[in-house]
Amino acid sequence: MREIQYREALNEALHEEMRRDPLVFCFGEGIAKRGGSFQVTKGLLDEFGSQRVLDTPISEIAIAGGCVGAAIVGTRPVGEILFIDFITLCMDMVVNQAAKYNFMTGGNGKVPMVLRTQGGCGNGLAAQHSQSLEAWFFHLPGLKVVMPSTPYDAKGLLKSAIRDDEPVIFIEHKRLYFRKGEVPEGEYLITIGKGDIKREGKDVTIFAYSLMVSVALEASEELAKEGIEVEVIDPRSLVPMDYDLILKSVKKTGRLVIVQEACRRGGIGSEIAAFVNENAFDYLNAPIVRAAGLNIPIPYNLTLGKACIPQSKDVIEAVRKACS
Amino acid sequence: MIVEKIEKEKTNLSKELLLEMYRKMKSIRRFEEESIRLYREAHIYGYFHPYIGEEAIAVGSCAAIRKDDYIISTHRGHGHCIAKGASLRRMMAELFGKETGYCRGRGGSMHITNVEEGNLGANGIVGGGMPIAVGAALGNKVKKNDKVVICYFSDGAVNNGVFNESLNLAAIWKLPVIFILENNQWAVSTPVSHSCAIKDIVKRAEGYSMPGIIADGNDVLEIFNVTKQAVERCRNGQGPTLIEAKTYRRTGHHCNDPAEYYDPEVVKFWEAKDPIDNFRKYLFDNLLCNEHQLNEIDQQIEDDVKDATEFALNSPEPELGGFLKEMEEIFYETMKIVL
Repeated sequence: MREIQYREALNEALHEEMRRDPLVFCFGEGIAKRGGSFQVTKGLLDEFGSQRVLDTPISEIAIAGGCVGAAIVGTRPVGEILFIDFITLCMDMVVNQAAKYNFMTGGNGKVPMVLRTQGGCGNGLAAQHSQSLEAWFFHLPGLKVVMPSTPYDAKGLLKSAIRDDEPVIFIEHKRLYFRKGEVPEGEYLITIGKGDIKREGKDVTIFAYSLMVSVALEASEELAKEGIEVEVIDPRSLVPMDYDLILKSVKKTGRLVIVQEACRRGGIGSEIAAFVNENAFDYLNAPIVRAAGLNIPIPYNLTLGKACIPQSKDVIEAVRKACS
Repeated sequence: MIVEKIEKEKTNLSKELLLEMYRKMKSIRRFEEESIRLYREAHIYGYFHPYIGEEAIAVGSCAAIRKDDYIISTHRGHGHCIAKGASLRRMMAELFGKETGYCRGRGGSMHITNVEEGNLGANGIVGGGMPIAVGAALGNKVKKNDKVVICYFSDGAVNNGVFNESLNLAAIWKLPVIFILENNQWAVSTPVSHSCAIKDIVKRAEGYSMPGIIADGNDVLEIFNVTKQAVERCRNGQGPTLIEAKTYRRTGHHCNDPAEYYDPEVVKFWEAKDPIDNFRKYLFDNLLCNEHQLNEIDQQIEDDVKDATEFALNSPEPELGGFLKEMEEIFYETMKIVL
């Protein structure tokens, strides 16, 4: 099968959906002429014109609020927030407007919008351009939260997100954009809420998403040499969460390691650990172990930055702990 | 271009339209007076922000747009909703938290919405509707229709960042939005003179290269005229207009606020400028109708408000089991407090 980059897969998804539905349109900072900081929206302006591919001023509230309004009147906007760190500037639009509208109005209006953004640690981007803030949106009822880890997932999930009638926060990872993976020619969709087993194994389950899936897979290769067969499960979306997949895997392996790039405190891992404790305690042969980011901002210095988020060696250590 | 004096061209409107404006304004007033009474009796709860004294703005502007155009409202939104055509029954039922309300009892006073009738929603966040209105106008443009969006907000919203981002985006993309600033002179308990360095906020329109118009917010015909001009500009692709409607918030911030910070003389001044009384007088003075006709309208409104109250009283409460089941489908999680 052909291999393309994560950003190319996203770009194909946007092209295909905009061709399919004239009500899909994109706007954000530098997405039209420049094609986006990571070239995800490259070529859209040439094909679809300036009525459907728009460069905005640096106005995050207008981007997110613009998505809400345009969605309510029946279009399917795809807004882009350049860095997830900047979503702080438009939290009212995300939290009080997009996430609440359908509920608050008693089902009066739908908000079929996608807010694309990207997060995670890059190469020396420091504390305001490196955060993993997904737990905020995971905590909040009313949004779907999608975090693809591969080019294949990125394409299928973005297409589904655009067709979804609910607001979707679509969080890409800056260090995944230039990674390649198998993506078939032609159209396919991935159901939001359906997780994926990225590696099968019988001894221990690793729950990981976004960039951490590849870190978990790398660790799994090492662990296989020691005779530990790891199963890596990737929920692909945090809301809805594929809880069935987690239960099934934990019931099989009896051990669970959770890997997240975000700060440990109040993260996705905390919720997953509590969920497994409540629903599959009797199946566990050992306490759940978490490998997570430190509870500090990300420093600029590359060595220091690396030490703040889980690396392959940390995942290996966590698995050994869970298997001891 | 800031326009401060409006040429009055009042009498070319049909009698039907004039009476409809009167009827709408009076309906808003009586609906609110009755619902404040029901609030005191604890049938209605939460926050209730009265629009009393500002009715001319909602009615004059909504009369200048089509049924399929949109409005976006504020936390002080009952007037906008009724002016856009909301049913008093479903409004009152929503204030009662009943299943038959516009939001099935989930929104209450601050969130009354009816997308089908073009009301994209009241909003509990000051200024929260502004970028949404801009987005709705952008959506209209993508859909290639000629619908316009009226965005209501008050002087309380203009010092928030949303004001700048919304007006700027609407201006650069020439979006069909009419920004109606209801300058009622109070943001909760802070007078506008303490929060804005300029007297006429509309002057900020120049900063966005957008026409700005000052209008008497207590004169329904003046509001109608200036809105109509702004609507024409929108439909001709000339983009947004900022209208500053000068008025006064005659009550406290909400109906539990006695507004002890008010100067009674100022309130008296604005009571004398009551938009409904003055419009009634205008209709008489210009021999556009007789007292009997207006009394008949008044009586009909009394009946409608009474009917709305009875409807709300007799409507069922939302059913908890059904609510939770529906929530489980929408929010994907088990709806149990203890697992």
